[in-house]
Amino acid sequence: MQVSCSKNVKGRTDNAPALHPSNIDLDGGTWKTVLLSQPDQFEVAAPLAVNSPGYLGELNEIKSLQQNLTDDQKASIKYWSAGAVLRWNEILRELVAKYNLPPYQNEDGSYPAPNAANPFAYPQFPFSNPPYASRAYAYISAAQYDALVAAWHYKKLYSRVAPYKADPAIKALVPETDLPSYPSEDAVVAGVTAEMMKMFFPTEIAYIEERAAEAEKYRMMAGVNVRSEIMAGEALGRSVAQAFAARGRTDNTGKAGGAPADWAKFATDCKARGEMPWLSLEAPVRPPMLPFYGNVKAFLFDSATCVALRPGPPPSTGSEQMKKEVAEIYQYVTKPTREQIRIVHYWADGVGTYTPPGHWDAIAAEDFITKNFSEIRWARNMALLNMAIMDAGIVCWNTKYHYFNPRPTQIDPKIKTLTGIPNFPAYISGHSTFSAAAAEVLAHIVPERATAYKAMALEASNSRMYGGIHYRADCQVGLEVGEKVGGYAVQRAKTDGAE
Amino acid sequence: MKRQLYACLLTLFCSFSFTALTAQTDIDAIMLAKNNFCGGPMYSYSSWQHYWEGSFKRNNQNLGTVSTQMLTLMGNYGLSNKLNVLFAVPYVKTRASEGTMRGMSGIQDLSLWLKWKPLQTNIGNGNFSLFGIGGFSIPLSNYVADYLPLSIGMHNSSLSARLMADYQVGKFFVTGSGTYTYRNNVKIDRTSYYTSEAHLTNKIEMPDVASFNFRAGLRSKSLIAEAIVANMTTLGGFDIRRNDMPFPSNKMNATSAGVNFKYTVNRIRGLELVAGGSYVIAGRNVGKSTTINGGVFYIVDLSKKKKNVKTPKAI
Repeated sequence: MQVSCSKNVKGRTDNAPALHPSNIDLDGGTWKTVLLSQPDQFEVAAPLAVNSPGYLGELNEIKSLQQNLTDDQKASIKYWSAGAVLRWNEILRELVAKYNLPPYQNEDGSYPAPNAANPFAYPQFPFSNPPYASRAYAYISAAQYDALVAAWHYKKLYSRVAPYKADPAIKALVPETDLPSYPSEDAVVAGVTAEMMKMFFPTEIAYIEERAAEAEKYRMMAGVNVRSEIMAGEALGRSVAQAFAARGRTDNTGKAGGAPADWAKFATDCKARGEMPWLSLEAPVRPPMLPFYGNVKAFLFDSATCVALRPGPPPSTGSEQMKKEVAEIYQYVTKPTREQIRIVHYWADGVGTYTPPGHWDAIAAEDFITKNFSEIRWARNMALLNMAIMDAGIVCWNTKYHYFNPRPTQIDPKIKTLTGIPNFPAYISGHSTFSAAAAEVLAHIVPERATAYKAMALEASNSRMYGGIHYRADCQVGLEVGEKVGGYAVQRAKTDGAE
Repeated sequence: MKRQLYACLLTLFCSFSFTALTAQTDIDAIMLAKNNFCGGPMYSYSSWQHYWEGSFKRNNQNLGTVSTQMLTLMGNYGLSNKLNVLFAVPYVKTRASEGTMRGMSGIQDLSLWLKWKPLQTNIGNGNFSLFGIGGFSIPLSNYVADYLPLSIGMHNSSLSARLMADYQVGKFFVTGSGTYTYRNNVKIDRTSYYTSEAHLTNKIEMPDVASFNFRAGLRSKSLIAEAIVANMTTLGGFDIRRNDMPFPSNKMNATSAGVNFKYTVNRIRGLELVAGGSYVIAGRNVGKSTTINGGVFYIVDLSKKKKNVKTPKAI
């Protein structure tokens, strides 16, 4: 035990180093996009000539900023220079945690639902539960990636030199590279993310736009972009976001909640199959979470593939196998070791957190910091990871509501859990599916950590058994399904031009 | 005015927060004579159905009644008539009557105090005493902290400083004290959490706590009976959001009222019985708990000249 006078607790990425890519990936404009039909789908006009009065005025703007940098401004440069994709992912994780609260019940025991059309009314829109969060991470990562592919296309096309190269009086306050500076990649990421956030976090737009302005201004203060490079980048980002938002409005998410008649039908169909149906163990009883999320349009495969990826049924609720699996879970929660509890709580990522997809984003991001990727490669890797996780979630939810099986505590009420029981069926485990998909992708991107990632996925999966909320079948099959989904992202990685 | 010694009035003053968080503090104006040792168990039962999310009072059908039982071994030794050292070690067990969450149990924190009475003087018709008490606590096992409201403690170590004054006229007395508690950081199992902003760390910066305690009642040869009003205010932290789980660095405040009795058993020298109860009347981010407690204590005189247990010396 230490009794220290200073309580100051630091965040792990507070002192992340400034981005200094080992390879600027100048051909990034040729990489395969997710949604854009071609990298110049959105026009970016040619920049001003470097001897034009307009450009010279922009250089003067940088010089005057650099003359009087305040401590706050220097802190802003330090924060944002760690990387746009990194910092926006952290901001997104923070918003997911902020909005990951189940609605509090009405007087009559019913539950109000967040309403995108009236997002400020309680419960504020959204309830960023794991499926919602995985979709937010995926859409925003994929949009950032496509926007940067477009940006890299124009960077190479116009080959504009950075301000500090155009004028020796300007100092680069972040690492210098040979990457052309028009349009500004940081502004592209700020623009596409701010625009996407309008769909995902509609009550936070003012806050997001403030952060976007910070993310852009730092580039001028650091001497690495002029204003017109930033404006062009932001406009490009916002345009790309429109394409993704259009997809988001038509990917079946709007229908994911279902209605009381649907929820009742799940139970009726389940009983007709001779199985015990899932019941909400919350009080008051809460409707099942997003029962039709399994019909959302995946990024990496079509709906037929999604159905094909769905595994066979869990052990029958009345079977000997099920009895054995229930007994196993009862043993775990009756005499848990401290290490088992640690594992449960390390991976729980439940209410009020960034969710399991966010946890894997944190793992990836903190490892990527050490890899000196370019911004476009950061975006490409996060997009692969998050599309795999989102699509794993779709197959997982598709499976959960296809079989509608009960939680261990339903079958044996003596099972008291070490973490909250999520309000949806057990088979297959979301943690297992998300984690195996993530580990499969990360093992490909950072092969020297492949064994570590697979071990983490297994531990995340086991944590749900130790916690008393899943049976072995949920976890084992979840890992298998997740690995297959991850394989689609790895296939894309091998053919997207980045390797 | 000659006063009887009432050794070992160790009052359990607990259950401000979701768990019996502050273990045991010495908060009365009685000193143990030199070389006397007083020790014994204290049991307390604390429960609540309602709690405050910030200032929103609610119950939670997924918890029902949350109860905390504590069995504390307590001791007090007189280093001198003016300086006592005290300790307490509790075993804590929690339970939720509804819902599916498992309770927890285990040995919680060791608390130690040094209690110093530098001043005693007559003022008017009565006797005025001044006390300074320094306290230290440390978790004794690696129990889980981030599991409120069913964790057995916050798992922080702490230092506290208390100033206390007592005034007694005849049998009636009033005691008032103020305490500042410095709480050290807490390490939890997860590596990221959200308070009112995101934290990418497994450490929680714990806000310090200020508390006040006022007691009034009577002291006679065999009985102390007192009414107590107490307040605890956390100097910092954040509110529990609607339908969120509580967290160790919440801004936990509570005001409680209670009574306490200490009875000296005449037939058995050195034996004392303690009983009391309290109720949280106002709070923030805490359970609206009702607590009852009772204990049995025995005093022995350890000074070398005496072999038998003597009637404890009056101070």
